[in-house]
Amino acid sequence: MLEKAYREIQSQVHPDRFAHAGDAERRASLQWTTRVNEAFQVLKNPVKRASHLLELHGVDVAFETNTAMPPEFLMRQMELRERLEEAKDAKALDALRDEMRETKISLEKQIAEKIDAAKDYKAAADLVRKLQFLHRLDEEIDAAYDD
Amino acid sequence: MALLQISEPGQSPAPHEQRLAVGIDLGTTNSLVATVRSGVPVVLPDANGRPLLPSIVRYLKNGKTEIGYAAQARQAEDPKNTIVSVKRFMGRGLKDVAHAESTPYDFVDAPGMVQVRTVAGVKSPVEVSSEILRVLRERAELSLQGSLSGAVITVPAYFDDAQRQATKDAGRIAGLNVLRLLNEPTAAAIAYGLENASEGLYAVYDLGGGTFDISILKLSKGVFEVVATSGDSMLGGDDFDQRLFCWAVEKAKLPPLNARDMRLLQVRSRDAKEALTFHSESKITAKLSTGDLVDLTIDTETFCSITQTLVNKTLGPMRKALRDAGLTVEQIKGVVMVGGATRMPQVQRAVGEFFRRDPLNNLDPDKVVALGAAMQANVLAGNKPQGEDWLLLDVIPLSLGLETMGGLAEKIIPRNTTIPAARAQEFTTFKDGQTGMSIHVVQGERELVSDCRSLARFELKGIPPMVAGAARIRVQFQVDADGLLSVSAKEGTSGVEAAVTVKPSYGLVDADIERMLRDSFEHAKGDVHARALTEQRVDGQRLLEATRSALAQDEKLLNAEEREAIDKVMQLLESLLPGTDYRRIKHAVDALNKATEDFAARRMDAGIKRALAGRKIGSL
Repeated sequence: MLEKAYREIQSQVHPDRFAHAGDAERRASLQWTTRVNEAFQVLKNPVKRASHLLELHGVDVAFETNTAMPPEFLMRQMELRERLEEAKDAKALDALRDEMRETKISLEKQIAEKIDAAKDYKAAADLVRKLQFLHRLDEEIDAAYDD
Repeated sequence: MALLQISEPGQSPAPHEQRLAVGIDLGTTNSLVATVRSGVPVVLPDANGRPLLPSIVRYLKNGKTEIGYAAQARQAEDPKNTIVSVKRFMGRGLKDVAHAESTPYDFVDAPGMVQVRTVAGVKSPVEVSSEILRVLRERAELSLQGSLSGAVITVPAYFDDAQRQATKDAGRIAGLNVLRLLNEPTAAAIAYGLENASEGLYAVYDLGGGTFDISILKLSKGVFEVVATSGDSMLGGDDFDQRLFCWAVEKAKLPPLNARDMRLLQVRSRDAKEALTFHSESKITAKLSTGDLVDLTIDTETFCSITQTLVNKTLGPMRKALRDAGLTVEQIKGVVMVGGATRMPQVQRAVGEFFRRDPLNNLDPDKVVALGAAMQANVLAGNKPQGEDWLLLDVIPLSLGLETMGGLAEKIIPRNTTIPAARAQEFTTFKDGQTGMSIHVVQGERELVSDCRSLARFELKGIPPMVAGAARIRVQFQVDADGLLSVSAKEGTSGVEAAVTVKPSYGLVDADIERMLRDSFEHAKGDVHARALTEQRVDGQRLLEATRSALAQDEKLLNAEEREAIDKVMQLLESLLPGTDYRRIKHAVDALNKATEDFAARRMDAGIKRALAGRKIGSL
């Protein structure tokens, strides 16, 4: 659905539609396409999408300032990071990533439930921060493949 | 040709008349120009019927140049003044040039981009490339019988900002209106996808003369979406020649060679490589100026073993692209092979093993990029009605960032972000009373600035003195549809601004381009004034057409007064077009652009509203 809407809008505003138009139209097209791309990035990324929805409800997820986490969650994170350190080959990294995938999916479900059904935005924000932790770890796993 | 109907102002061109647009594959080894004729993309051959133009430029003492086959024939004779594979030097400094010692050139280390000293003076790679583009433009104009309204030039997907900007500048100097820089694998995907009506996830493996790209695309009806791209802009068929050359030097126990012998042996090595595609062994023979006779035989097995590491070097980027796309090998429906170097059997084998399927070779790997570029040029020129055209969504290949404290690179726009894209980041001052800030823009994936490519440095001056950390400096990155970056910085409390289009790290400023433009016109014995007039007329006519069709569609977005203001400027421009004062035409074009600014913005808003009508965010 999201992808379809994105493509429909892009087909209206994309610079390729205006390669032969005047400067004014080309500028407007560039600005709009940029915004549409950004919106699409936000909406298709679970962390960004949830943060944006919470912001609309007046709740700041505060990734930078609010780093308080339940101890058992932090313990688990440390354990995952240690395993990342130890992971020597692509196979070990793949295994680690597969394991995290399930945790992420379950977190995403919980966030959707808190926002859409329970409308408990503060609880949702806590979960989004957890999800952000996992995303960071994901990026580190990505970087580890290259070494 | 619609654009030249300026003697009859007010008459709009007949709908069947097409704008002349071409696609150009500016390759390391060979270049091509193609166009769409009666709906079919075709490569335009030269007067002798040859489709390829060897990307070789020879400079002569009398200021003349030989380009293509003529230069190729003389390269061993005059290696210092005959530039081959110039694409490898585009946007590159001397330290980036691999095997500089085994090239015969007299390099001049200029800031940002290396230059070559020839009998006709010092030449930058941009100028050399523009010579090749000029020949292709002239070939197209002769064959299509009219001046070109625009061109799409292809670049390796893995080209960084400096290399892209250099290519676009070369196009400008060659007198081309560059409609778009298009990534080579994306161009190939267009040609392949439309030819075969393919849908699904495809990989394009493009190993050219000097560059390697791998792109993964999602093809669906009317949309070509690049999901990830990776590569190596310093790896190609040339490197295979080089390995073979080194093998020959070692095997024949040759002393250090002079420039002429070196080029001769390199050419013979390439011939042997090409022969090995069809035969199990081939010969390298050459009579050197020292009187030594080289006579060697190489078999496929030896050739595979000395080039194994090169083939393996393409595997890393393939893995990286898949990972960035979040895909596995099994999800890829097909692998399209592009570039002359993919003819080598060991390359075919390695790709087949990696993707666990036979690569697709049903398009000519030398021509597919130019054909795809021609198809895209045809769409960009507006020759296809909406509904029959397609949408192309490409990405940037390398992350863009800024230098922060301690020589670290902070990524602002990550690689594989869909373009056009913009991102802003806030920074602050770190000293009390600091009034200036230097901004260093870099491109690359590494953490240290020194390992990334430096794109530009500029200063934001006039920040009002404040305590450390109080200033709010917002740095905005904007990447356009060509993948080119512009950066602006603004201090939030005072509004002090600085902006750069990121080109000048390699030292080519607008003044240089203008000088090269003038040189190239003098060279072509063209009249600068006549050229400028033609360009302005084309520009003016194009803008009038665009405005007319916009008014016909969305007139209701304007009130009577606004409409009248636009009409007035249109009339002025129209009355000036038959005249010969190109400056006045230019002013009128600028004025019409300005007058239609609000209208353009409103049309765009209306387009989005139409697309989103009746939707809610939750439903997406």
